[in-house]
Amino acid sequence: MHEQIARNKRKTFLLLFLAVAFTALIGYVIGYLWFSGPAGVVVAVILAIVLSLGSYFYGDRAVLASTHARKVTPQEEPRLHNIVEGLAIAAGIPKPDVYVVPEAAPNAFATGRDPAHSSIAVTQGLLEMMNRVELEGVIGHEMSHILDRDILIGTVVATVVGAAVLMSEIFMRSWFWGGGRGRRDSSGGDTAGAIALILFAVGIVLLIIAPLAGQLIKLSVSRNREYLADAEGVALTRYPPGLISALQKIGSSPAVMRSANNATGHLWLNQPSRVPGEDTSSMEKLFSTHPPIAERIKRLQEM
Amino acid sequence: MNWIWIVLIVLIAGWIVWAFNRLVRYRNRADEGWAQIDVQLRRRYDLIPNLIATVQGYAAHEREVFERVTAARANAEAANGVAGQADAENAVSSGLRQLLAVAENYPELKANENFLALQEELTGTESKIAYARQYYNEQVRLLNTAIESFPSSILARLSHFAPREFFDIDDESRGPVDVSFQGS
Repeated sequence: MHEQIARNKRKTFLLLFLAVAFTALIGYVIGYLWFSGPAGVVVAVILAIVLSLGSYFYGDRAVLASTHARKVTPQEEPRLHNIVEGLAIAAGIPKPDVYVVPEAAPNAFATGRDPAHSSIAVTQGLLEMMNRVELEGVIGHEMSHILDRDILIGTVVATVVGAAVLMSEIFMRSWFWGGGRGRRDSSGGDTAGAIALILFAVGIVLLIIAPLAGQLIKLSVSRNREYLADAEGVALTRYPPGLISALQKIGSSPAVMRSANNATGHLWLNQPSRVPGEDTSSMEKLFSTHPPIAERIKRLQEM
Repeated sequence: MNWIWIVLIVLIAGWIVWAFNRLVRYRNRADEGWAQIDVQLRRRYDLIPNLIATVQGYAAHEREVFERVTAARANAEAANGVAGQADAENAVSSGLRQLLAVAENYPELKANENFLALQEELTGTESKIAYARQYYNEQVRLLNTAIESFPSSILARLSHFAPREFFDIDDESRGPVDVSFQGS
């Protein structure tokens, strides 16, 4: 387990380094083309610092906000709070914050930067569908992710990929509109041309980077990690049938996730699918981060 | 030749620091685990009078059960030592199980919102006690292994690390109190 934690730390640093280098590159291009000269370096440094500090300190909040998760009190959800607190005691870590995501599909995820700053979010559907031991199985799995520091790397990936997607959309859109205007109004002259060039350059860079993002996610969230969290989760609850039954229910639920996107997909307990009963589209396959549920159940049964 | 001795001494000193810190870490975690058990047991003591008062409102004549639980609770609060505490808590657990079995016979009680909330609190606390015990026993196992195995046993004896007692419960009360069938 300590080996796993050390490996996660190395991967997180590598990932942050890549993200920072990437951001710096974009910043440099913008700065160079816009102001010309050494200003590019300044813009690059500022952007890189903002992204790395932001994803480290505010990544969890960004992830929670993007899934529309709502913090719940022990009075609102006594059962969920009791279970989270119990498993935190079993794992010997402080109690994570508890969130509920307004989704009908049963699913859950954990986020944060370390066990002292962590949150567990479950969907409304999970709360309604699972009995106590099943819910304990699910929370045990998420608690293991917190314990193994999987959450930091997962959260950083989500923030970085989310930012990349956002940026590429902004650039692509403004390039489109900017280009359109440029053609109509030719008196814009040099500045309009320069801006269009910047946006074009950044857009190209992002186009090249985008497929790599999927690979990064795969690198960071190996399937083994999910198996490991399953195994460690039932080591906490001491009751494999709970998680097995929960996974069975999740696997057979026809509900789809509305707020799931490619940036946060890897964080969830089970790969969120937007197409019920079908995950063969090329995009889904590219971002397939989780082992199939049947295989996870089989491994748990063999324990 | 000298540098070999220097390397050897540095290695041994390094091992002593590591092994000592490991013993301290396990001991502190065992203490934390014990403190957590204590917190949860106290929460259960606090719940018992409320629970009895609620059940009494519907089943006043089941006096024998109430008295048994109250006595077991008083006993447990006064208990000393790991083994004594474990025994006393077993009596509380079995008393509570009986109390909730009694409650099963009163449909109106089972529909009472206050009772349902107490029942959730009790189930939650019971499982937290179990998890705290699991954590404590795990840390005690690590501590005791480190204290007993060679060569850290020498260090443990020199610096007065004593093995701890496991918080055991009898098999009968190993399962959680059976109250979670409805409303969960």
